[in-house]
Amino acid sequence: MSDMKKLAIIATKGSLDWAYPPFILASTASALGYDTEIFFTFYGLQLLKKNMDLQVTPLGNPGMPMPMGMDKWFPIMGLTLPGMQGMMTSMMKKKMASKGVASLPELRDLCQEAEVRFIACQMTVDLFEMNTAEFIDGVEYAGAAAFFEFAGESDICLYI
Amino acid sequence: MADFDQELDASGLNCPLPILRAKKTLNGMESGKVLHIIATDPGSVKDFEAFAKQTGNELMESKEVGGKFEFLIKKG
Repeated sequence: MSDMKKLAIIATKGSLDWAYPPFILASTASALGYDTEIFFTFYGLQLLKKNMDLQVTPLGNPGMPMPMGMDKWFPIMGLTLPGMQGMMTSMMKKKMASKGVASLPELRDLCQEAEVRFIACQMTVDLFEMNTAEFIDGVEYAGAAAFFEFAGESDICLYI
Repeated sequence: MADFDQELDASGLNCPLPILRAKKTLNGMESGKVLHIIATDPGSVKDFEAFAKQTGNELMESKEVGGKFEFLIKKG
């Protein structure tokens, strides 16, 4: 086991689009034989909820491709309209499903099946008074020192 | 295409699912057995090369047939 390559990831973001990189990379690394750990901190903790209700927002993201020329119909002010975020999220999910992109719960399950370790930042859990009963099973709770114990020996370390 | 022992149709699936499904299928196979994979993700061509290189499984064949990508991987 000790000669396995190691991948350490810090997942800090809690939006639908940014939830993909940690789970895609971790599941793939496991398939390639990496010993993999993800440390979830701040908004990244949303990725551990049983009911992952993640949204995507075009706000502050000029690089986001807009379907049907929506950026022309809805300039920045329009993107702040109520319901816009929900609509963008639903369109993004449909697009992903139609392109054969895995859903987040599916990718997360694949990570757990492949024994990727999920570590939740205890400090953030306390800070935001998060209810750990809402988190999936198999999550460990620890802090920065525990992250370094693994990351210090990793071959690849990513901050996402 | 040469003989194979098992087949995996990953058509319609996108990165990283073809690789993950292939890995899972190979896990259930004996060393020396050959897996035939069909995929539609153009990225899978480079990905299966990289997968084979890193996992000690042999990519025996990789080709495009009628818009689909087909691979033969021998379990190492």
